[in-house]
Amino acid sequence: MNAPLPRRKLRVATTSLAGCFGCHMSFLDIDERLLDLLELVEFDRSPLTDIKHCGTRGPCDIGIIEGGVCNAENVHVLQEFRRNCKILVALGACAVNGGLPAQRNHLDLRDILATVYQTEAGLAQGTQIPNDPELPLPLNQVHPIHEVVKVDYFLPGCPPPADAIWKFLTDLIAGRTPQLGHGLIHYD
Amino acid sequence: MNQHDAIQAVLARHGNDGTRLMQILRETQEALGWLAPETLTAIARGVNWPRAKVEGTASFYSFFHTRPLGLYRVLWSDNITDRMLGSVELMQAMCQKLWLEPGRVSEDGLVSVDATSCTGMCDQGPAVLVNYRAVTRMTPERVDRMVELIRSRTPLADWPQDWFRVEDNVRRSDILLGNDMVPGDALRACLARGTESTLNEVKAAQLRGRGGAGFTTGLKWEACRNAPGKTRYVVCNADEGEPGTFKDRVLLTRQPDLVFEGMTVAAYAIGASKGYVYLRGEYRYLLESLNSALARRREAGLLGKNILGRSGANGGFDFDIEVHLGAGAYVCGEESALIESLEGKRGVPRNRPPYPVTHGFLDQPTVVNNVETFAAAALIALRGGDWYKSFGTPRSAGTKLLSVSGDCERPGIYEYPFGVTVQQVLEECGAGVGTGDTQAVQISGPSGITLGPDEFGRRIAFEDIPTAGAFMIFDLRRDIFDVVRNFIHFFAHESCGFCTPCRVGTTLLKNLVDKIAGGHGTRSDLNEIHNINRVLQAAAHCGLGHTAGNPLAHTLEKFRPAYERRLKSLEFEPAFDLDAALSQARQMTGRDDAGAHLANELETPR
Repeated sequence: MNAPLPRRKLRVATTSLAGCFGCHMSFLDIDERLLDLLELVEFDRSPLTDIKHCGTRGPCDIGIIEGGVCNAENVHVLQEFRRNCKILVALGACAVNGGLPAQRNHLDLRDILATVYQTEAGLAQGTQIPNDPELPLPLNQVHPIHEVVKVDYFLPGCPPPADAIWKFLTDLIAGRTPQLGHGLIHYD
Repeated sequence: MNQHDAIQAVLARHGNDGTRLMQILRETQEALGWLAPETLTAIARGVNWPRAKVEGTASFYSFFHTRPLGLYRVLWSDNITDRMLGSVELMQAMCQKLWLEPGRVSEDGLVSVDATSCTGMCDQGPAVLVNYRAVTRMTPERVDRMVELIRSRTPLADWPQDWFRVEDNVRRSDILLGNDMVPGDALRACLARGTESTLNEVKAAQLRGRGGAGFTTGLKWEACRNAPGKTRYVVCNADEGEPGTFKDRVLLTRQPDLVFEGMTVAAYAIGASKGYVYLRGEYRYLLESLNSALARRREAGLLGKNILGRSGANGGFDFDIEVHLGAGAYVCGEESALIESLEGKRGVPRNRPPYPVTHGFLDQPTVVNNVETFAAAALIALRGGDWYKSFGTPRSAGTKLLSVSGDCERPGIYEYPFGVTVQQVLEECGAGVGTGDTQAVQISGPSGITLGPDEFGRRIAFEDIPTAGAFMIFDLRRDIFDVVRNFIHFFAHESCGFCTPCRVGTTLLKNLVDKIAGGHGTRSDLNEIHNINRVLQAAAHCGLGHTAGNPLAHTLEKFRPAYERRLKSLEFEPAFDLDAALSQARQMTGRDDAGAHLANELETPR
């Protein structure tokens, strides 16, 4: 990297909401460049660190969100990221547009719950719609994250290729507006 | 006559010519009520076009119906000026009395009530179209009476005739509206002068197009005359769709001869033998009077073979004009979309270049000019370019018709020499008298410019504020945000859907404005409006998309508090209620614990 290095390591938090962790897997596909990245950043809350909440060790610079918003817990996590991260990035098709989980949006949630837990053939005796307070309630519809909080950058793809994630992050860390050239932007 | 015969009669009248599809569809619909699938199949077979292409055209235009319609169809003009005169409340009252939801046909198939884009009756609203006939000055009493007439299935012919009266409301005349030219005089002057010198007079007059863009008419005509082609066409753009504009309606009512004569002058100058008037569907009621004016001119030797009795060998020419009726699509005011529509296709703008002057109607060199441009050209042909140039300003020769509406005592048509100040127009039309001061004027319609009081000294002229003629006035009682919201809903509805930036961008703008209207707006939404507007200006296919964000950009600059007072003070807010988004899951699980609710505002840090 030619750009001057930042004076301190940037704090980066990541999470997967209504996603499949495929974007995180693609992120790991930057392979040995992960070591270069660790010279520049420090991970806060992330599946990589198992830190449970972001912001507990000071504010984060960059928050990376995979997946859309399908339940109440997703809303809480997303709001926590927005509160604690200066820059919020939507990573991948589900975060950007709702993606595969949003295919339920043309159905009424009540019909879905009734079909799955009450009327479907082959249900065990006494099956009912789960109502344990430990479980987050699903939202009426799945939303892309920008419909719930302000999002600063969007990185499309299902998943975005590792090279795109690398280019995007190195641009961002160096203080450049991320520019993904030909071949790096995918919508599939 | 049965259905089959009715369709065949229409097809025969138009020579089974697919390029006449718009008129075939309209006349078939007038005969049969709507365009059923089997009707479209029969028409496709008749004109020998693929059925999908015929259905493509039928489904593009608001005034064509591929689903059954009520016996009565009431469309309320939804321009902001109609709204300011109470159209929304009147339409609600009508729907209530008829037990109807807007847009739905009643159970008994009797009636449907809906809104439509501005019908060009802004000086005498609230206006409606009943079965595509214009009714002006709606009142609660008229709504009551109309509901009775519909319930009793009274034919439109037996409705009170004064409902259909459309006033001209000419408030100020100048050289155009005040002319006393005898039909044929301009043509006689042309024939005496010759084609070359006729063209030179129009060039010397420095006449510029009156549709708003202001291209020099003489250069357009010259380019068309010099373009290679088998034949040439003259097209008059009377698709006056810009909300707030109605001057072409008045010109075609009072001065049809002047307009037709101007078209004939153009035909003589460029060597065309066929002309079309593209009349917007909302002005359907003018069709019969225009056709009889054309018939009169044919009888007088001013149209047809050997005009004024002079044969081609003798320096004369042949020319005839036909009126083509549109079907409710704003985008057809764009000249290349207009030509597509004239050819029977969907009104999607073409790639330009090539321009219509070289590749226009049926790929032949074509001059497309505004109604007012042709009227001015006739005067120039009669009295010369130098005379015409003596009116107006150095770069804006002649006069301009303004369609004045909104908050003033005397709405209507005002003809001024170019260079008149906005303030002078406001004073002469009685703006703000007794109702509070004028806070804004929207010039040239939603795609034009919004002016605040500090700019009322500016002038109507190509040097300062170019305009197609709309002049809508808003006094202090009005909320500018409501005005803008009406405009952006208009653009989202009228986007032709061909290019993604416009199809998606206008709807995103509409959603953002609706979000702000719903009290969910934040500062980041205002930034997003600017971002989307930039994309529209850079990437849209035609002028509709380029200008759709103008009212937002102008009012965000000049009337920002109208937005800000609706914003939440947060950085960002969802457009929907987060807690309500859990309602269905709560209902199905029976939960009501703390975890079954979401705070609607960003939670404070733990």
